[in-house]
Amino acid sequence: MTVAPANPRLTTQVNGGDTLVSLIGDWITQDDEVGAALTAPAAIFDRKELTAIEFDSSRLGRWDSSLLVYLAAVRQAAASRSVRVDDSGIPIAATRLLALLPQHGAAPAAPPRRAMFVERLGIWAIAQWCELVSVTVLVGGQLLQAGAALVGRARMRRVDFLGCLYDAGIAALPMVALVNVLVGAILAFVGAIELRRFGADIYIADLVGLAQVREMAPVMTAIVMSGRTGGAYAAEIASMQGSNELDALRVLGIPLQDYLVLPRVMALTLMTPVLYLYGSAIGILGGFAVAVSMLHMSPQLFIAQTRSAVTMHEIIFGLTKSIAFGALIALAGCRIGLKAGRSATDVGHAATSAVVVSIIGIIMLDAVFAVCANALDI
Amino acid sequence: MDHEHKEVVLQVQGLAVGYGDESIQHDLSFDVKRGSIFAIMGPSGCGKSTLLKALIGLLRPSAGAVHFGDRNYWELEQGQRDHCGRGFGVLFQGGALWSSMTAQENVALPLQMFTRLGTAAIDSLVQLKLSLVGLDSGRGSMPADLSGGMRQRVGLARALALDPQILFLDEPSAGLDPIAAKRFDDLILQLRDGFGVTVVLVSHELASLFGICDDGVFLDAATHTAIGHGAPSTLRDSSDDPTVHAFMRRELPAGHEAPV
Repeated sequence: MTVAPANPRLTTQVNGGDTLVSLIGDWITQDDEVGAALTAPAAIFDRKELTAIEFDSSRLGRWDSSLLVYLAAVRQAAASRSVRVDDSGIPIAATRLLALLPQHGAAPAAPPRRAMFVERLGIWAIAQWCELVSVTVLVGGQLLQAGAALVGRARMRRVDFLGCLYDAGIAALPMVALVNVLVGAILAFVGAIELRRFGADIYIADLVGLAQVREMAPVMTAIVMSGRTGGAYAAEIASMQGSNELDALRVLGIPLQDYLVLPRVMALTLMTPVLYLYGSAIGILGGFAVAVSMLHMSPQLFIAQTRSAVTMHEIIFGLTKSIAFGALIALAGCRIGLKAGRSATDVGHAATSAVVVSIIGIIMLDAVFAVCANALDI
Repeated sequence: MDHEHKEVVLQVQGLAVGYGDESIQHDLSFDVKRGSIFAIMGPSGCGKSTLLKALIGLLRPSAGAVHFGDRNYWELEQGQRDHCGRGFGVLFQGGALWSSMTAQENVALPLQMFTRLGTAAIDSLVQLKLSLVGLDSGRGSMPADLSGGMRQRVGLARALALDPQILFLDEPSAGLDPIAAKRFDDLILQLRDGFGVTVVLVSHELASLFGICDDGVFLDAATHTAIGHGAPSTLRDSSDDPTVHAFMRRELPAGHEAPV
């Protein structure tokens, strides 16, 4: 065995129709020099009168699969030109490994056919239609199952449901509180700038109360929940897909709709309105703190003004919205998780698209609510 | 290439492995000679895979030393350890293929990261490795779409990608049918004879152990240490230890009642 690494090289010696290829030096894949030797097997086939190739490996040092790559390429090229290859000069171990290779290189796979535009449009449209149908099935199934769950006939374990309730409720409190208190405080500041110019400071309380209860608390709470819970649902179910856990459930005859989706949808639909109420209250508190401490409003006045501005109607409107948002986030998360692929990347995609779909859905649904409220004059 | 030089490539001295305070195995000492196929044997749960983790650098042992040639692996700095680790090829249980890459990309990644070869050269090396392990179809498939045996083969091709000095195989024939397992065993023999690679193999498949291994260590789950050294067939024929004896002959240990 040679000690100092020697550059892998070849020399060729022509003898009539025969070419003697001398393999020299160390052929080690991890050495940078081997690349040049690997890319030039074709040079010896330049001569037209070539009939046979022989090898001499007496000056060959250490070698690994890079040598095999070279020899396999020579063998394949020789076969296509009906040139005889004499293996006797190759190290015996290399001959044994070469014997493991198929005689003719694996046929190159045909490049995938590119579909025409109309075809792709059709495939896309059918996929969208299927998606619509399966979402409808999911939503309908959840409505029926929620009914069944109320009378205790769904195949859902209490422990899963309680776990989901905890995760979508108490565990989310700090984040919901922080976001809402800051939004309430920001509203108070923004209101103060304009209202003070007209001497209407007192209406800061109305602004904070109304905006928080009708718009900001439902939307901000839902956005927080879609990021922390909707994304988690999608990622969890998608990674269960990857490790065949969903198949294990299916085989046992445990309906995924009952076991996985229902507790999540019910938990989030129940907890989002509760978080909304909490978020509204703490948001008003944030506005109150700013109005009293920095804008020098009297606390009694702020409270009285808020009570007159925020009626039961406003709270019910906000509650309705957050129930819808909660259901939307849970359904989107579970649906995207269930249809995810099986690789690690698919889990990431599922989490991302659950959050994106939820947030877009929340804003769109909020717009629908706004239009309806305007038409009904609520 | 076989056993004319009995150079020790991997030496384990007084090794103890465990998680936290829990000791899994202790006082393990054995030598692995160049070109041998070395078996880490023992019943399920005795710590075979944990020992393997300590050998391939995934778990720092609580005591003892692992020497690769003249280097004390766990005494090296992180950078040198990584460099040393490039001389290992590891086939994990079930293949552990990167699920978001095709079979070919799985084999190509180590070559792309650690060699300066061009795309064409890497591609021919990848095709060569996949041909060597007998994967003729499904080279462009994602791991999820491959069968267990094919995944195992891709895993082996990936382990061979950088032409390792030592090949570690964790339960290579688990989940394969007898014919596929036999083919896989033959493949390991052929690769050992061809590349002269040293193989360390974790297994409790008796057929594989007797078929290909020429040295080994037997780990006991009760005493938490090695209770047998030598080739599996030697242990079968001449071990006095009742556990080793029963294991190697697929019998119930003396005094052990079969569960009803």
